[in-house]
Amino acid sequence: MTPLLITIAVAKIALVFFVVLTVVAYLTFTERRLSAFIQDRYGPNRVGPSGFLQPLADGIKFIFKEDIIPPKANKTMYIMAPAFALVTALAALAVIPIGKGFHTDLFGFLQDPVFVRFQIADLNVGLLYVLGISSLSVYGVVLGGWGSNSKYSLLGGLRAAAQMISYELALGLSILGVIAITGSLRLGDIIEAQETMWFIIPSFIGFVVFVISAFAETNRLPFDMPEAEPEIVAGYHTEYSSIKFAMFFMAEYTHMIVASCMITCLFLGGWYPLPFGGWFGIDINTHWYLPPVVFIGKVLFLLFLFIWVRWTLPRFRYDQVMSLGWKRLFPLAVANLLLVSFLIVSGVL
Amino acid sequence: MAAEAGDSLDNSSPDTNLVCVVLEQYVPVLLIIVIAIVLAAALLSVSYLLGPKRYGSWRKHLPYESGMVPRGDAREKVSLKYYLIGALFILFDIEIVFLVAWAVVFRELGMVALVEVLAFLVVVIGGYFYVLKKGALEWE
Repeated sequence: MTPLLITIAVAKIALVFFVVLTVVAYLTFTERRLSAFIQDRYGPNRVGPSGFLQPLADGIKFIFKEDIIPPKANKTMYIMAPAFALVTALAALAVIPIGKGFHTDLFGFLQDPVFVRFQIADLNVGLLYVLGISSLSVYGVVLGGWGSNSKYSLLGGLRAAAQMISYELALGLSILGVIAITGSLRLGDIIEAQETMWFIIPSFIGFVVFVISAFAETNRLPFDMPEAEPEIVAGYHTEYSSIKFAMFFMAEYTHMIVASCMITCLFLGGWYPLPFGGWFGIDINTHWYLPPVVFIGKVLFLLFLFIWVRWTLPRFRYDQVMSLGWKRLFPLAVANLLLVSFLIVSGVL
Repeated sequence: MAAEAGDSLDNSSPDTNLVCVVLEQYVPVLLIIVIAIVLAAALLSVSYLLGPKRYGSWRKHLPYESGMVPRGDAREKVSLKYYLIGALFILFDIEIVFLVAWAVVFRELGMVALVEVLAFLVVVIGGYFYVLKKGALEWE
């Protein structure tokens, strides 16, 4: 790789981290305001115009709070756990394509224009990469739960481990239909294959299973067993304070963003605006800014859905969570795979 | 890392060339992981350096247990169920890994691949029903 390409990659990574972490900060704010709206109260509205600077105030407060490490905790694991959670969540962003890309000569700096992709790494195993990296996130939660040496933390960590690996089965099975239709694991190819029809239509069961599993994988309500405030205080992050606590939250919200991007890529047509018909003759090579707008719009809608569901549905009981994952979603995902493969063999797709 | 394929590598065999091209895709992945680690380390050390350090009461440093002084160690026996779930996960996840490879080439192979995967799935589903019948997925 030439120094120029490496510089572009580093610039893209810096931009993605900046944007994602800002979105994460404002997601916490949006979540608080939306939950307040749903519950008919005000929510944070004092810092800045209608509370808009609240995330900034929160961030400063997190940094200047005392960093308590419980003496009974396993220090290495206790410190590593939030870092591990955040690193795995951020690294999963590498392969997500939000558009095709554009040619630029960097404002006349270069003789030959370079092609800048809207994607950090265009891997031919992109889908497997996202699944692999995001399933590592269970380690952050389990290490935190075990390392804290507190009963609630350990319970939360154990629940998280069992829940996340159970739903990973359904998650992995539900995308097989999409892979079978496309015949590729490159996320760009998967989106391109949806030009004529979004995959939500042939693989609707897969879509439902994937969305439910994504909620469970991100530990969001109605599947927030690892945290379940009324039962086990705050679960795996009971003992955490200051920025370490914030890092677990940043990881959780980054996971929500990754999950929304994956739902968009795999089932909702990525950067194609409507379920049928592609771009209706708009040349997206000249209007290269349109695909990211469409993609990000869909992702924001899905993030809103995550928050909406959280403040609408009650929490499941733990045995209900486990039996939903193993006894309902697993067979449904197999049925989806069979349905899609019959459709392919019969020539419909 | 080599430069553009076919540029400085004219003398090397095509295989080495291909390996370099494939590896090149992963440079940004390496970069993103390194930058994420640096970011996480920076966050941890910033709050360590800037936060106040008071010792306070010994009660502050106890593990949280709703205001009670905790009894015993947190790491006691845990339900065997969790290990069972872990073992079952590994079994079924490996089946999914096989199916991913199958799904990528399914369209080219067509009917033959469908019949073969049905045979494979019969075995997997058989195991699944065995697990169900044994009550391995029941939580009291």
